[in-house]
Amino acid sequence: MDTGAKELLDNTYPSTLESVDIAEGEVLKAAGDAGFDEDEQHRIGMAVRECMVNAIVHGNRYNRNKQVRVVAAVSGGRFTIRIIDQGEGFEIQEVPDPLHENNLLRHSGRGLFLMGAFMDDVKVRKVSPSGTEVTLVKNVAPHR
Amino acid sequence: MSVKIDTRKVGDVTVIDVSGRITLGEGSSALRDVLRDLTAQGNKKILLNLSEVSYIDSSGIGELVSGFTSVANAGGTLKLLGLTKRVKDLLQITKLYTVFDVHEEEAHAIRSFV
Repeated sequence: MDTGAKELLDNTYPSTLESVDIAEGEVLKAAGDAGFDEDEQHRIGMAVRECMVNAIVHGNRYNRNKQVRVVAAVSGGRFTIRIIDQGEGFEIQEVPDPLHENNLLRHSGRGLFLMGAFMDDVKVRKVSPSGTEVTLVKNVAPHR
Repeated sequence: MSVKIDTRKVGDVTVIDVSGRITLGEGSSALRDVLRDLTAQGNKKILLNLSEVSYIDSSGIGELVSGFTSVANAGGTLKLLGLTKRVKDLLQITKLYTVFDVHEEEAHAIRSFV
């Protein structure tokens, strides 16, 4: 069935920090192809970077036998990026609020918050047999 | 190289000039090492010049926060100079902009240290 979706990227990356830069660059190119301007590309790139770091560092824990898949597509005025790791997963409600005064000066814990700040929608779900899929959505402006 | 860091003295203030990207890996660890060494050497007045920093991720923000608290715990003060719009926006989004003493002009920043 033709859903009207245009797939821009579907790649798999090893669990290394180099993959963060590579995936960010490839999604930025896809975002450019989707018509986003430089500022929007920057926000999308940051969200992808934070998500890739979470997938590699906290999800796959740098395990070179595990990979991260990144899929980007445009459909129905939405630019959607799915980032899927093979880690043990996490409970989103257990992630501390980085804006709470008790957490403000913590060294880490801002990644998921920044994804939400830079994208229009963020969804997290567990995948079978193990892993986490994070879906990042940016609405494509009507004039594009 | 993702980041370049130089230090210089202006009176009794140590200025750290950072350029490039402060992201997880080389960038954030380089900043962490410099701040740790300066603190260990007894530098109490540290001005972090970020005017040539093009990109900071959450790991970089973490290093700014850790640097701020470690310098303060050692009895010193860490201030920020020359934020680009994107870095300023990032600190505002994370509610950290008002935690730091941020300056736009170096001379003004230097004078602000007591």
